[in-house]
Amino acid sequence: MRPAPLRWLRRTLLAAVPVVIGVVLAAFFLLRLVPGDPARMILGENATDESVAQLRQELGLDKPLEAQFGDFVVSVVTRGDTGDSLFYGVSSRELILKRAPISLSIVAMAVLISIVVAALLATVAAANRDRLPDHLIRIIPTIGLGMPTFWIGLLLITVFAVHLRWLPAGGVGTGPYEPWRSYVLPALAVSIGLVPPLVRSLRAELLEVFSADFVTTYRAAHVPWPRILFGHILRNAALPTVTLLSVSLSFLIGGTLVVEKVFGINGLGMLLFNAIGNRDFPLVQGIALYCALAVVIISLVLDVIIGLLDPRTRTA
Amino acid sequence: MSEFAAVRPAPAAAAQGFLGRARRSPALIAGVVLMTLLVLVAVLAPWLATHDPNAQNLTAGLLAPSPEHLFGTDQLGRDIFSRVLHAASTDLRIAVLAAILPFLTGVLLGLVSGYFGGRLDYVIGRIVDTIIAFPFYVIVISIVFAVGAGEGGIYAAFAIVGWVGYARVVRATTASMRASGWVIAARGGGLSDRRVILRHILPNALPQAVVLLMTEIVLIMVAIVTLGYLGLGVQPPTPDWGTMIADGQPFVTTKWWISALPGFAVIYTGIALSLLGDGLADAWRVK
Repeated sequence: MRPAPLRWLRRTLLAAVPVVIGVVLAAFFLLRLVPGDPARMILGENATDESVAQLRQELGLDKPLEAQFGDFVVSVVTRGDTGDSLFYGVSSRELILKRAPISLSIVAMAVLISIVVAALLATVAAANRDRLPDHLIRIIPTIGLGMPTFWIGLLLITVFAVHLRWLPAGGVGTGPYEPWRSYVLPALAVSIGLVPPLVRSLRAELLEVFSADFVTTYRAAHVPWPRILFGHILRNAALPTVTLLSVSLSFLIGGTLVVEKVFGINGLGMLLFNAIGNRDFPLVQGIALYCALAVVIISLVLDVIIGLLDPRTRTA
Repeated sequence: MSEFAAVRPAPAAAAQGFLGRARRSPALIAGVVLMTLLVLVAVLAPWLATHDPNAQNLTAGLLAPSPEHLFGTDQLGRDIFSRVLHAASTDLRIAVLAAILPFLTGVLLGLVSGYFGGRLDYVIGRIVDTIIAFPFYVIVISIVFAVGAGEGGIYAAFAIVGWVGYARVVRATTASMRASGWVIAARGGGLSDRRVILRHILPNALPQAVVLLMTEIVLIMVAIVTLGYLGLGVQPPTPDWGTMIADGQPFVTTKWWISALPGFAVIYTGIALSLLGDGLADAWRVK
């Protein structure tokens, strides 16, 4: 029997709690992975013992481990922060929240591009089952798997920015529409990694729905084919794809951060790479934590939406 | 005798089934051929290379491809063709080595988790959820940063995050078999849990894990190249496709081949391993 709506909702939300706890734990223990003394690793080999001792105190490394973890959890829960950035001297949260909208815009655009391209390719493939277009489209996942996102970004710059001059090669322009123009190529680079699994899943779904009884009935009743396709078939095939999209979210966010470096876009990725260059530990922890929490929250929201749209999926 | 043969096919017949399907899988044949070529190139790189991969010649930098330098030269005048070949052995070796430990731990944890269930299963499941919540590149980059850039950091990062895929797949197969008649019969017959897991469940769960291994090696390879591009992977002057692509980036507008050619090498590797994985899946009848 399927659980009642409210109980299902409560259980879905509660299931996320251990993951959130795990994510906070993982962000905390990241600093413990450093072989030797993190303070010395941050300051470098030539730092004096006094400055190392001072940084140990600043980071709370001189306290016992339980106390350190307690401080970390209190800071995360009450302020949503992993401590002040060592390089910028302001709270990590502030830096992250200022850059996050840029990265999220690219992610959103990449999702949009992926869905449109995947729906198009999957429809063509499914409609021409086992004929040439289908075979060509089914090769895509084999090639796409090994394509480094950053390399695709470079290729896109060469073709669309340098040779065709359609879009900016890097940076973010100012003005109401300019930023979005700057996000097109990075979003395209990220979505190329996402399209292959989406096409594969959507094609399989479409083939299944194509042969469903209701489609045969509509066709027998002379309902126009485009209306069957867009109004009924794609709608029915879409849900498993949304689920796949939710699973791919973490891939999308990671790819976006990497691609920012290629296009010189000042989002979360650039912040992360600068933080690594500056050995800015609290900031690296903060970025990792916020990215993971974003993934948990967005996929939770998607799960709830999917569950509301299609009660059959309410299994949690 | 013939009755026995009918009930339980001899091992030779089973092998024929696998080999028979293998021979009929174009993906597997193509994958094996492409992969053999790649491994040969990687192993024979010192003999196939036309130049010393690290020999600089500052007066002959950024040359276009020519009979003397098949892929041209980079900004330090190093022969790109020779560096692409040598990078094949570096990147392939690290990718394969980095894939072994997570494969073993993932399969083991999946077996234990699926077979025993209960609290252990719950804890392993939540650890998997936690690792999956972090975007792959964010967690890999963070771990490499903490442990230290270079080969050691790469192995550490994949040892920590790389096992979750196998654990999930193997756990699902194991859990579905736990309640099946033949497992209950084997246990009822007095076989120890260890024997049931290793001799009876593992052979059924392994093909799927091996197919996944091929995909994972591609992902690790791409990650190594990405880390190299970001300056966190293989450290210069050791040739690596990722650092080569990064070196070519400033010249991408006029001399695109410097970055493009190492990228094609990565894609070639990806195609070879994908085909191998798809082919093995055909031959083993794994979905």
